[in-house]
Amino acid sequence: MSLILTPELIITQIINGLTIGAIYALIALGYTLVYGILLMINFAHGEIFMFGSFAGYFVLAWFFQSGFTVQHVILSIVIAFLFGMVVSSVLGIIVERLAYRPLRNAPRLSPLICAIGVSIFLQNIMMIFIKARILMYPDVFPEGTVDMGSISISYFQILIIAGSILMMAGLFVFIKKSKTGKAMRAVAEDKDTAALMGINVDRIITTTFAAGSSLAAVAGVMVGMYYSQIGHMMGFVPGIKAFTAAVLGGIGNMPGAMLGGYVLGVAEALGVLVLPAQYKDVIAFSLLVLILIFRPRGIMGEVVAERA
Amino acid sequence: MMKNILAERLNRGWQGILTMPGWLHLVLIIGFVTILPPFIGNYWTHVLAYVGIYVMLGIGLNIVVGFAGLLDLGYVAFYAIGAYSYAFFASPKFGIHIPFWVMVPACAAFAAFGGALLGIPVLRMRGDYLAIVTLGFGEIIRILINNLDALTNGPQGLLRIDPPTIGTFKFTTPTHFYYLILVGCLLSAFFATRLNNSRIGRAWIAMREDQDAAALMGIDILKYKLLAFAIGASFAGVGGIIFASKMGSIFPDDFSVMVSVNVVCLIIIGGVGSIPGVILGAIVLIGIPEVLRAVAIYRLLAFGLLLVIMMIFRPMGILPSARRKLELKKED
Repeated sequence: MSLILTPELIITQIINGLTIGAIYALIALGYTLVYGILLMINFAHGEIFMFGSFAGYFVLAWFFQSGFTVQHVILSIVIAFLFGMVVSSVLGIIVERLAYRPLRNAPRLSPLICAIGVSIFLQNIMMIFIKARILMYPDVFPEGTVDMGSISISYFQILIIAGSILMMAGLFVFIKKSKTGKAMRAVAEDKDTAALMGINVDRIITTTFAAGSSLAAVAGVMVGMYYSQIGHMMGFVPGIKAFTAAVLGGIGNMPGAMLGGYVLGVAEALGVLVLPAQYKDVIAFSLLVLILIFRPRGIMGEVVAERA
Repeated sequence: MMKNILAERLNRGWQGILTMPGWLHLVLIIGFVTILPPFIGNYWTHVLAYVGIYVMLGIGLNIVVGFAGLLDLGYVAFYAIGAYSYAFFASPKFGIHIPFWVMVPACAAFAAFGGALLGIPVLRMRGDYLAIVTLGFGEIIRILINNLDALTNGPQGLLRIDPPTIGTFKFTTPTHFYYLILVGCLLSAFFATRLNNSRIGRAWIAMREDQDAAALMGIDILKYKLLAFAIGASFAGVGGIIFASKMGSIFPDDFSVMVSVNVVCLIIIGGVGSIPGVILGAIVLIGIPEVLRAVAIYRLLAFGLLLVIMMIFRPMGILPSARRKLELKKED
């Protein structure tokens, strides 16, 4: 590689990594929340993220065409995010109710296969709906960068990093402080006992799916605006990466999922400096394998019994 | 009246078929499959051959998932290792032309070696971690194939791979490969059945049912997991070499994660741990979508829906493993 590793370049890549990492972290939280409660890998989470991205796209495209974005940039972006969150939450709740709930006491492989089925189904519904095109996100976010010496951060990167931290802080407070959050923790600990304490377990699980899905939608709209292209297969790779991030941090552990996301994002961004860009995914998965060999419960995970 | 008698006769005949000894069923089915190609034409022969490759993959992965209870989502990696090993040694790429029959055991060995190599670090992990790490491994192999142009030609793929030969006879038509794959399936099924009923197979079952109890009984858990991984991988290696020789050219896209997902799904749809289940699963999951190519756009949609419906209404698969029943009967 002819690239010279200057400190500026490294810092720029760390910022890029944190941007992507923030997105991974948002998706990873959805995996971790569901895993913490149901002990299942929600393989369809990447598709929920994809649907959120498309929902945001349709709102923004509509506003863009009607000229609404000219005067109300911030408002239209906020509405796009909110609409994406609503669509994804509703989708997450429907998927849970129809596909996962009947399998709650089934052997562990069944929900995973079912989730794979849901994932394929959702991908193809969207493919048929958009006729397999790649859609271009309308370019509404104000361009511009904050410059510090030779390092520059775009406004949008700041929005992603700050926005994701805000969302995660919100979720954290919700889980730690609110009554519903307390109930979620109780259900994660022990479903039966929680039910005996008068907690409506089904409702808590629904809430969990809604929360995880809306975070995924935020990530989806961010990805759409950041990369400006979306397609029906966009959920697959980020989905796997985010799951990797969740495992990296210690699955079932919320701060772990966030940390895992950032670590993964930064590792990929730095890895690209020394390896060709095609090997980005290899870096992610190798990191996962290494962490699991040397610290099988993840960076911040609790010790979980072999047979859960 | 006539109708009733006819129904009675048919029913008795059907009962007769059902109560026949198991080996007779087997002979009937194998006989039926053997005489099939001339009647169904090239296209269907091709489709069935394709199903057959998945039967082999399913039988192999069934050892890992069904017998040993390890969820491997990166099975395609071993399939790719088998296919590319053959392509390296039997194509104009490096000008080497080693005969197919020598490469079959070699590819099985390469794939088994790959399985052991992956297995050593990851087999200590819990089920879900194992699933995702193997998924990652499958992707790593595909990315490597896609990018190591000097070895694999990247996305251009490896072309003009030698067909298998016996003396001066060359395997070329779909029918030839149909029989090659049929033999492959029969041998795979035979080995898998023998394994399942062996000391190793019993150790796997014990391990799957209760790992701690099995360890207390003196089963070396890691060794047997590794064995399952390597043996399962070797089946995929053989599947890979047959695939490469049948297609004559292979591309990285032939080894996408969907192959792994398909194989896992066909095992589960058919019935985990059951070989007739694997065969039926391959027909349902691989054959039917192939038939539905006319409505290609809704094909995968239906596939996804089928997986969900199956899991909800028949989670043990269409033909669940007989082992449970067997074990219960013995206790009476």
